[in-house]
Amino acid sequence: MNAEPKIDAKARYAAGVMEYAKMGYWEPDYVPKDTDVIALFRITPQDGVDEVEAAAAVAGESSTATWTVVWTDRLTACELYRAKAYRVDPVPGTPGQFFAWIAYDLDLFEGGSIANLTASIIGNVFGFKALKALRLEDMRIPVAYLKTFQGPATGIVVERERLDKFGRPLLGATTKPKLGLSGRNYGRVVYEALKGGLDFVKDDENINSQPFMHWRDRFLYVMEAVNKAQAATGEVKGHYLNVTAGTMEEMYERAEFAKELGSCIIMIDLVIGYTAIQSMAKWARRNDMILHLHRAGNSTYSRQKNHGMNFRVICKWMRMAGVDHIHAGTVVGKLEGDPLMIAGFYDTLREGRTVQNLEHGLFFDQDWASLNKVMPVASGGIHAGQMHQLIHYLGEDVVLQFGGGTIGHPQGIQAGATANRVALEAMIQARNEGRDYLAEGPDILAAAARWCGPLRAAIDTWKDVTFDYASTDTADFVPTATPA
Amino acid sequence: MRITQGTFSFLPDLTDDQITAQVQYCLDHGWAVNIEFTDDPHPRNTYWEMWGIPLFDVPDAAGVMLALAECRKAQGGTQYIRLSAFDSSYGWESLRLSFITDRPAEEPGFALERQERAGRQIAYTTRAYSAQKPEGERYRG
Repeated sequence: MNAEPKIDAKARYAAGVMEYAKMGYWEPDYVPKDTDVIALFRITPQDGVDEVEAAAAVAGESSTATWTVVWTDRLTACELYRAKAYRVDPVPGTPGQFFAWIAYDLDLFEGGSIANLTASIIGNVFGFKALKALRLEDMRIPVAYLKTFQGPATGIVVERERLDKFGRPLLGATTKPKLGLSGRNYGRVVYEALKGGLDFVKDDENINSQPFMHWRDRFLYVMEAVNKAQAATGEVKGHYLNVTAGTMEEMYERAEFAKELGSCIIMIDLVIGYTAIQSMAKWARRNDMILHLHRAGNSTYSRQKNHGMNFRVICKWMRMAGVDHIHAGTVVGKLEGDPLMIAGFYDTLREGRTVQNLEHGLFFDQDWASLNKVMPVASGGIHAGQMHQLIHYLGEDVVLQFGGGTIGHPQGIQAGATANRVALEAMIQARNEGRDYLAEGPDILAAAARWCGPLRAAIDTWKDVTFDYASTDTADFVPTATPA
Repeated sequence: MRITQGTFSFLPDLTDDQITAQVQYCLDHGWAVNIEFTDDPHPRNTYWEMWGIPLFDVPDAAGVMLALAECRKAQGGTQYIRLSAFDSSYGWESLRLSFITDRPAEEPGFALERQERAGRQIAYTTRAYSAQKPEGERYRG
């Protein structure tokens, strides 16, 4: 147990301003309890501000402190409620930045509420003047707190059982152009892609109910497409109907309509907010619906290394909040994604337990307390010719979304979908046969392309497309590179 | 039409050597392989008939292939046959792989029936043409 710090109460609570470290927010000997929430921040103190004082200030401002001493602390068990910075390390190779470990007692948080958790952890403290910048890098969520959350409405295993699809990544595509299609034209794209071999088609994040296509019209035409493709293939098909709207009432109305029409999956955007996401996750569990989350907006605060929060924290919160799918990076596509960082995101979403792995950006051991697994979604600038790399980096439990890589196929949307599906199945077959599919990937694809014309055309069209830019969000503990 | 359920339906039908390799992959992971057959391939027909119980203790793929050969002798040509691999590890406890090894000579596919309802809604029913005949008499020409 941690000994109560001995303090002179009269001096400690004298009116006026006192350093946060001296107020009890810095406890280098503190040993976190199993039930503590632990947050790891990257802090960049202002010039002249000591890193320990900065860490203590973060602990203070994200828990009980205000800028000056208040005697009303003495009416509470304030030693318990104070967050405790207990460790500060310099960030390797980055002068001026420090990692600060801060522990919070479980009683600081309301059960089952991401909103309450985040109001403390990423609340006022991010605007604190004594810091140039602040970034939430990782959190350890105690099992006791996880058990107050529903977790993913469906989870990877039950999603696969409902869809009757095993042993391979799922295939999807986002309807393009993302804006402007009428409901009737939109359903055409959906039907062609599903019939050609995709499992899912998806609304884009900003498709809601606009003048060119109102939501009911979209839902009706899309479900015609889904049912027709299902009958044409004998296979379960789906389309993520985006129910994002301006109010919860409207979202519920859209979700209910999707259910009435027999859709197996609906979709929401991250920008609807944590509470709305939790509400939709509860709705999805009640209604046997898979819940897809598009991470619209995350890069505004997750991409730059010095300020904001790491996406792995969003992954943790979204697994708690209860979504079944979340876009989590492709490694090889057009959007930000260092391979090691993405491995950390995927493990956070899919594993029952993750252990500390600094190269992957995982700072803590994390037991997921039987919360369902979230299916990561890889989307943005990927195509059939990268199939071996995608499976190598992302594994089997992932939705691979080829939007342009399906709809932009020179022989049409069905051919694009078929190319992707054949490439996928050929690669899984080769992997299972024990072949070195990463090295032999191009040969495996070429062999399948000899009997599959659509795959041949896809490879010819996109063979030279890569997005080879340096990642901005990388591990601090090893040199990393983005693969070609 | 060719129904596209299962992990490898977009590839040409797997040869016995290719099936053996997939079975070995499953056994190497400690998964039990199950043989099932049906003449009702509706996408929501979850429970195909089991050919015996899952093969929990076979030492290598040859044992599974032997059982598959027996199933084919009894059901081949008139039924779909699939192999599924069951992973009992904690946190999964479900299938890891499932693929069709045999199809009936002809696959007539499905009709999509539409029932018009209020508000432009349509209630859809997927009906297998084969399932219009009684069970056991389908795919016999």
